[in-house]
Amino acid sequence: MTTIPAPNTPVVRPSRRTSRGNWELYGWVFMRASGVVLLVLIFGHLFVNLVAGDGISAIDFGFVAGKWASPFWQIWDLLMLWLAMIHGTNGVRTIINDYAERDGTRFALKLALYTAFTVVVVLGTLVIFTFDPCPANSPASLLPSFCTA
Amino acid sequence: MWSWVAHRITGVLIFFFLLVHVLDTSLVRVSPEAYNDVIGTYKNPIMGLGEAGLVAAIVFHAFNGIRIILVDFWAKGPKYQRVMLWVVVGLFVVTMAGFLPRHLMHVFGGE
Repeated sequence: MTTIPAPNTPVVRPSRRTSRGNWELYGWVFMRASGVVLLVLIFGHLFVNLVAGDGISAIDFGFVAGKWASPFWQIWDLLMLWLAMIHGTNGVRTIINDYAERDGTRFALKLALYTAFTVVVVLGTLVIFTFDPCPANSPASLLPSFCTA
Repeated sequence: MWSWVAHRITGVLIFFFLLVHVLDTSLVRVSPEAYNDVIGTYKNPIMGLGEAGLVAAIVFHAFNGIRIILVDFWAKGPKYQRVMLWVVVGLFVVTMAGFLPRHLMHVFGGE
Protein backbone atom coordinates (compact mmCIF):
# COMPACT_ATOMS: atom_id res chain seq x y z
CA MET A 1 0.00 0.00 0.00
CA THR A 2 1.21 3.45 -0.94
CA THR A 3 1.74 5.90 1.82
CA ILE A 4 1.48 9.58 1.03
CA PRO A 5 3.91 11.69 3.04
CA ALA A 6 2.39 14.80 4.52
CA PRO A 7 -0.85 14.55 2.52
CA ASN A 8 -2.09 17.99 3.51
CA THR A 9 0.96 19.93 2.42
CA PRO A 10 -0.11 22.79 0.17
CA VAL A 11 1.20 22.54 -3.37
CA VAL A 12 4.20 24.76 -3.89
CA ARG A 13 3.52 25.46 -7.55
CA PRO A 14 -0.03 25.88 -8.88
CA SER A 15 -1.16 22.86 -10.87
CA ARG A 16 -2.57 25.18 -13.51
CA ARG A 17 -0.29 25.59 -16.48
CA THR A 18 1.12 29.08 -16.15
CA SER A 19 3.85 29.06 -18.76
CA ARG A 20 1.81 31.39 -20.98
CA GLY A 21 1.39 33.87 -18.17
CA ASN A 22 -1.43 36.34 -18.57
CA TRP A 23 -1.23 36.39 -22.38
CA GLU A 24 -4.90 35.52 -22.91
CA LEU A 25 -5.95 38.17 -20.36
CA TYR A 26 -3.97 40.84 -22.20
CA GLY A 27 -5.58 39.69 -25.45
CA TRP A 28 -9.04 39.97 -23.87
CA VAL A 29 -8.30 43.50 -22.63
CA PHE A 30 -6.79 44.46 -25.99
CA MET A 31 -9.94 43.41 -27.87
CA ARG A 32 -12.02 45.81 -25.76
CA ALA A 33 -9.55 48.71 -25.71
CA SER A 34 -8.77 48.51 -29.45
CA GLY A 35 -12.48 48.04 -30.18
CA VAL A 36 -13.34 51.44 -28.71
CA VAL A 37 -10.52 53.16 -30.61
CA LEU A 38 -11.44 51.34 -33.84
CA LEU A 39 -15.05 52.49 -33.53
CA VAL A 40 -13.87 56.11 -33.66
CA LEU A 41 -11.24 55.52 -36.37
CA ILE A 42 -13.49 53.45 -38.66
CA PHE A 43 -16.64 55.58 -38.26
CA GLY A 44 -14.48 58.62 -39.11
CA HIS A 45 -12.98 56.76 -42.08
CA LEU A 46 -16.42 55.73 -43.37
CA PHE A 47 -17.84 59.22 -42.92
CA VAL A 48 -15.02 60.99 -44.76
CA ASN A 49 -14.82 58.42 -47.58
CA LEU A 50 -18.46 57.37 -48.08
CA VAL A 51 -20.73 60.12 -46.71
CA ALA A 52 -18.98 63.50 -47.02
CA GLY A 53 -18.63 65.12 -50.44
CA ASP A 54 -19.56 62.81 -53.32
CA GLY A 55 -19.02 59.65 -51.27
CA ILE A 56 -17.84 56.46 -52.94
CA SER A 57 -18.20 57.89 -56.45
CA ALA A 58 -15.45 60.43 -55.71
CA ILE A 59 -12.84 57.87 -54.69
CA ASP A 60 -9.88 57.66 -57.05
CA PHE A 61 -6.09 58.09 -56.94
CA GLY A 62 -6.44 61.85 -56.52
CA PHE A 63 -8.67 61.37 -53.47
CA VAL A 64 -6.30 58.94 -51.73
CA ALA A 65 -3.25 61.04 -52.64
CA GLY A 66 -4.95 64.16 -51.29
CA LYS A 67 -5.54 62.44 -47.95
CA TRP A 68 -2.11 60.86 -47.59
CA ALA A 69 -0.34 64.11 -48.40
CA SER A 70 -1.27 64.96 -44.81
CA PRO A 71 0.49 63.29 -41.84
CA PHE A 72 -2.85 63.40 -40.01
CA TRP A 73 -4.46 60.84 -42.34
CA GLN A 74 -1.23 58.85 -42.62
CA ILE A 75 -1.19 58.35 -38.85
CA TRP A 76 -4.99 57.78 -38.78
CA ASP A 77 -4.77 55.06 -41.42
CA LEU A 78 -1.62 53.52 -39.92
CA LEU A 79 -3.29 53.21 -36.50
CA MET A 80 -6.42 51.83 -38.11
CA LEU A 81 -4.39 49.28 -40.10
CA TRP A 82 -2.42 47.98 -37.13
CA LEU A 83 -5.27 47.96 -34.60
CA ALA A 84 -7.79 46.43 -37.01
CA MET A 85 -5.35 43.74 -38.16
CA ILE A 86 -4.36 42.74 -34.61
CA HIS A 87 -8.01 42.88 -33.44
CA GLY A 88 -9.22 40.89 -36.47
CA THR A 89 -6.39 38.35 -36.37
CA ASN A 90 -6.95 37.71 -32.67
CA GLY A 91 -10.69 37.32 -33.30
CA VAL A 92 -10.18 34.82 -36.12
CA ARG A 93 -7.60 32.99 -33.96
CA THR A 94 -10.27 32.55 -31.30
CA ILE A 95 -12.71 31.22 -33.88
CA ILE A 96 -10.11 28.76 -35.23
CA ASN A 97 -9.45 27.54 -31.67
CA ASP A 98 -13.20 27.06 -31.14
CA TYR A 99 -14.14 25.23 -34.31
CA ALA A 100 -11.02 23.52 -35.76
CA GLU A 101 -10.74 20.39 -33.65
CA ARG A 102 -7.83 18.57 -35.32
CA ASP A 103 -4.34 19.76 -34.35
CA GLY A 104 -3.19 19.73 -37.97
CA THR A 105 -6.17 21.78 -39.14
CA ARG A 106 -5.66 24.36 -36.42
CA PHE A 107 -1.95 24.61 -37.23
CA ALA A 108 -2.57 25.05 -40.97
CA LEU A 109 -5.31 27.66 -40.46
CA LYS A 110 -3.21 29.65 -37.99
CA LEU A 111 -0.19 29.49 -40.29
CA ALA A 112 -2.34 30.96 -43.08
CA LEU A 113 -3.78 33.56 -40.69
CA TYR A 114 -0.40 34.75 -39.36
CA THR A 115 1.03 34.80 -42.89
CA ALA A 116 -1.87 36.99 -44.09
CA PHE A 117 -1.40 39.23 -41.02
CA THR A 118 2.30 39.74 -41.70
CA VAL A 119 1.90 40.35 -45.45
CA VAL A 120 -0.98 42.82 -45.06
CA VAL A 121 0.52 44.80 -42.15
CA VAL A 122 3.98 45.07 -43.75
CA LEU A 123 2.56 45.92 -47.19
CA GLY A 124 0.07 48.46 -45.82
CA THR A 125 2.68 50.16 -43.62
CA LEU A 126 5.17 50.40 -46.50
CA VAL A 127 2.51 51.83 -48.84
CA ILE A 128 1.48 54.53 -46.34
CA PHE A 129 5.08 55.68 -45.81
CA THR A 130 6.63 55.23 -49.28
CA PHE A 131 3.64 56.62 -51.16
CA ASP A 132 4.25 59.48 -53.63
CA PRO A 133 1.09 61.56 -54.24
CA CYS A 134 2.65 63.08 -57.39
CA PRO A 135 4.43 60.23 -59.25
CA ALA A 136 6.48 61.37 -62.25
CA ASN A 137 5.24 60.53 -65.76
CA SER A 138 1.60 60.30 -64.70
CA PRO A 139 -1.03 62.42 -66.46
CA ALA A 140 -1.88 65.49 -64.40
CA SER A 141 -5.60 64.74 -64.79
CA LEU A 142 -5.23 61.69 -62.52
CA LEU A 143 -3.25 63.49 -59.81
CA PRO A 144 -4.40 65.73 -56.96
CA SER A 145 -4.52 69.41 -57.94
CA PHE A 146 -1.58 70.43 -55.71
CA CYS A 147 0.85 68.38 -57.86
CA THR A 148 0.77 70.90 -60.68
CA ALA A 149 0.53 74.00 -58.50
CA MET B 1 -26.76 33.90 -28.05
CA TRP B 2 -27.75 35.18 -31.52
CA SER B 3 -25.97 38.46 -30.94
CA TRP B 4 -22.86 36.40 -30.17
CA VAL B 5 -23.24 34.44 -33.43
CA ALA B 6 -23.84 37.67 -35.38
CA HIS B 7 -20.77 39.26 -33.74
CA ARG B 8 -18.59 36.37 -34.94
CA ILE B 9 -20.03 36.29 -38.46
CA THR B 10 -19.74 40.08 -38.96
CA GLY B 11 -16.23 39.99 -37.46
CA VAL B 12 -14.99 37.36 -39.92
CA LEU B 13 -16.68 39.16 -42.81
CA ILE B 14 -15.05 42.48 -41.91
CA PHE B 15 -11.65 40.77 -41.48
CA PHE B 16 -11.71 39.25 -44.97
CA PHE B 17 -12.84 42.55 -46.45
CA LEU B 18 -9.95 44.27 -44.65
CA LEU B 19 -7.39 41.94 -46.27
CA VAL B 20 -8.76 42.73 -49.75
CA HIS B 21 -9.13 46.43 -48.92
CA VAL B 22 -5.44 46.81 -47.97
CA LEU B 23 -4.39 44.94 -51.13
CA ASP B 24 -6.49 47.08 -53.49
CA THR B 25 -5.49 50.34 -51.76
CA SER B 26 -1.84 49.26 -52.14
CA LEU B 27 -2.27 49.72 -55.90
CA VAL B 28 -1.79 53.48 -55.34
CA ARG B 29 1.89 52.52 -54.96
CA VAL B 30 1.88 50.87 -58.42
CA SER B 31 0.38 53.71 -60.48
CA PRO B 32 -2.63 56.06 -60.53
CA GLU B 33 -3.93 54.12 -63.55
CA ALA B 34 -3.73 50.73 -61.81
CA TYR B 35 -5.59 52.04 -58.74
CA ASN B 36 -8.29 53.85 -60.74
CA ASP B 37 -8.85 50.79 -62.97
CA VAL B 38 -9.51 48.47 -60.03
CA ILE B 39 -11.58 51.00 -58.07
CA GLY B 40 -13.51 51.64 -61.31
CA THR B 41 -14.58 47.98 -61.43
CA TYR B 42 -16.01 48.46 -57.90
CA LYS B 43 -18.23 51.34 -59.00
CA ASN B 44 -21.35 49.41 -59.99
CA PRO B 45 -24.67 48.71 -58.23
CA ILE B 46 -23.71 45.19 -57.09
CA MET B 47 -20.56 46.38 -55.31
CA GLY B 48 -22.51 49.41 -54.07
CA LEU B 49 -24.97 47.11 -52.33
CA GLY B 50 -22.05 45.02 -51.06
CA GLU B 51 -20.57 48.17 -49.50
CA ALA B 52 -23.93 48.88 -47.84
CA GLY B 53 -23.86 45.34 -46.40
CA LEU B 54 -20.27 45.82 -45.23
CA VAL B 55 -21.15 49.07 -43.46
CA ALA B 56 -24.15 47.35 -41.86
CA ALA B 57 -21.84 44.59 -40.58
CA ILE B 58 -19.36 47.16 -39.20
CA VAL B 59 -22.09 49.23 -37.51
CA PHE B 60 -23.59 46.18 -35.81
CA HIS B 61 -20.17 44.84 -34.75
CA ALA B 62 -19.21 48.26 -33.36
CA PHE B 63 -22.37 48.86 -31.31
CA ASN B 64 -22.62 45.27 -30.11
CA GLY B 65 -18.92 45.47 -29.17
CA ILE B 66 -19.69 48.45 -26.92
CA ARG B 67 -22.51 46.36 -25.42
CA ILE B 68 -20.05 43.52 -24.70
CA ILE B 69 -17.69 46.00 -23.00
CA LEU B 70 -20.56 47.31 -20.84
CA VAL B 71 -21.62 43.76 -19.89
CA ASP B 72 -17.99 43.03 -18.87
CA PHE B 73 -17.09 46.24 -17.05
CA TRP B 74 -20.30 47.96 -15.96
CA ALA B 75 -21.66 46.57 -12.69
CA LYS B 76 -25.23 46.60 -13.99
CA GLY B 77 -24.18 45.45 -17.47
CA PRO B 78 -25.25 41.80 -17.15
CA LYS B 79 -28.63 42.87 -15.74
CA TYR B 80 -29.32 45.18 -18.67
CA GLN B 81 -27.72 43.07 -21.43
CA ARG B 82 -31.07 42.34 -23.10
CA VAL B 83 -32.20 45.97 -22.94
CA MET B 84 -28.83 46.98 -24.35
CA LEU B 85 -29.33 44.58 -27.28
CA TRP B 86 -32.45 46.56 -28.21
CA VAL B 87 -30.46 49.78 -27.82
CA VAL B 88 -27.90 48.29 -30.25
CA VAL B 89 -30.69 47.44 -32.70
CA GLY B 90 -32.14 50.95 -32.33
CA LEU B 91 -28.78 52.68 -32.87
CA PHE B 92 -28.14 50.37 -35.82
CA VAL B 93 -31.44 51.35 -37.47
CA VAL B 94 -30.83 55.07 -36.88
CA THR B 95 -27.26 54.93 -38.21
CA MET B 96 -28.23 52.94 -41.30
CA ALA B 97 -31.19 55.27 -41.92
CA GLY B 98 -28.70 58.12 -42.01
CA PHE B 99 -26.14 56.29 -44.14
CA LEU B 100 -28.16 54.27 -46.67
CA PRO B 101 -30.06 57.01 -48.56
CA ARG B 102 -26.88 59.03 -49.03
CA HIS B 103 -24.75 56.04 -50.06
CA LEU B 104 -27.41 54.63 -52.42
CA MET B 105 -27.72 58.10 -53.96
CA HIS B 106 -23.95 58.05 -54.65
CA VAL B 107 -24.18 54.52 -56.08
CA PHE B 108 -27.35 54.86 -58.17
CA GLY B 109 -27.46 58.63 -58.70
CA GLY B 110 -24.81 58.57 -61.43
CA GLU B 111 -22.10 61.17 -61.78
